[in-house]
Amino acid sequence: MIYRFLAELGAYWKFLLQVFRRPERFAEYRKAFWRDVDSLGVKTLPLVIIISLFMGAVVTIQTALNLEDPLIPRYYIAIAVRESILLEFAPTIVSLILAGIVGSNISGSIGNMRITEQIDALEVMGINPAGYLVLPKILANVFFSPVLLIFSMTGGLVGGYLAGWWLGLLSPGEFLQGLRLEFQPFYIAYSIFKMTVFAFFIASVSSFFGYRVKGGPLEVGQASTQAVISTILAIILFNYILTDLILQ
Amino acid sequence: MISVRNLHKSFGDQQVLKGIDVDLMPGKCNLIIGLSGSGKTVLLKSILGLIQPDEGTILYDGRNLKTLESHEARKVRQEMGMVFQGGALFTSQTIEENVRLPLDFFSTMSASEKRDRVHFCLERVRIQNAAHKSPAELSGGMQKRVAIARAIVLNPRYLFCDEPNSGLDPETSMVIDALIQDITHEYGMTTVINTHDMNSVLEIGEHVMLLKGGEKTWEGTNDEILHADQPDVVDYVFRSNLMKKVRGALSRG
Repeated sequence: MIYRFLAELGAYWKFLLQVFRRPERFAEYRKAFWRDVDSLGVKTLPLVIIISLFMGAVVTIQTALNLEDPLIPRYYIAIAVRESILLEFAPTIVSLILAGIVGSNISGSIGNMRITEQIDALEVMGINPAGYLVLPKILANVFFSPVLLIFSMTGGLVGGYLAGWWLGLLSPGEFLQGLRLEFQPFYIAYSIFKMTVFAFFIASVSSFFGYRVKGGPLEVGQASTQAVISTILAIILFNYILTDLILQ
Repeated sequence: MISVRNLHKSFGDQQVLKGIDVDLMPGKCNLIIGLSGSGKTVLLKSILGLIQPDEGTILYDGRNLKTLESHEARKVRQEMGMVFQGGALFTSQTIEENVRLPLDFFSTMSASEKRDRVHFCLERVRIQNAAHKSPAELSGGMQKRVAIARAIVLNPRYLFCDEPNSGLDPETSMVIDALIQDITHEYGMTTVINTHDMNSVLEIGEHVMLLKGGEKTWEGTNDEILHADQPDVVDYVFRSNLMKKVRGALSRG
């Protein structure tokens, strides 16, 4: 079991070395980068906003239910919502969701290219398939993740604001007061860093599983499932490690 | 010319290639034939460099990919074109983009020169009207033609085809065979075709080698194969009733 895990880890590192080899032609990689920014980033933006809006609303409702003591000011609800959204929900939960959506997309498309010999075709042409197919995806995911994060944070806070106001849990003034109180901008930098690390794992781990598929469509499906599970585990593990290292 | 010397390849305990020696001739269609599991695909992929052999050498006009500097090896790679069994066209790109990809990576042509070259290659395989379609919109035969156009776009010295007729009707197969042969003669390429289509063997097999159990058991031309009395050839070529009748007719003169 441990031997197998270490062997997989070694294979993943070897794969990354292949991915980060010098591109044959930068212009082609740049084209692929912008294509991937669109397909992996821009197209997931509406979903991230919708999820974040509802996530913010639910966190507000649950916090309000747990802070019913009349001695606790209502703006404390907004503080709790802010901290939850900025520190954990926006970077981690959104990354877990993206691991499912983007991760399965990446491993499925690369796996399909493998079984239909498109990857072999690139290799025969003298193009490094791992670099050409994976590097732009990793860079697109990493560079677009702060954008997704900012939209997710904003969506979560707007959702919380609307839920608080709509359900009469706290007034808009109290919500805004809570948002501003003892706000630490460092939390945003911390979240961006965390999300960037997760974005790297989403793209690289999913690509790794797709790239080494052997067999047919059934194996591509299995690789996608494995990719999503492994990415989620990596995110959870590194979430713990980064939180411990940075916030402690 | 591609020279293969003492090529061995095993997967686990299974020995797939057992010391293959062959010279693949320039300007000719070199056909590798044999039953499924005889090692044809492993031999082709080894020659292409997609599989690393355990032992033996492969020389491309005297050049060994293993001993060349990486930039020189890349240059040799750019002299190779490959037509995969399923076409292996990039489904996210149009036909024009598929054919243009090697040019985008490895040529210094201007955009208009690239467009002209792509259109010339598509015209050469008689599929110029499909330039803006996606691979999914094309039939199997048309996809094979696009794959040929992509393989020749950089003017390769070596053309490799893995079962170019699989999944095609007899008429389209003949068209594809004729196209490969014409291109081979026109550009003087060393063409290596992996097939078990007897019609291709008889039509374009200027140099044929038979593999059995990972060993080369016979080598000759399409004319010689019909008159060969080597047991492996007889067993392979005259297996079907049709071919048995052909052999009977040949022996009757």
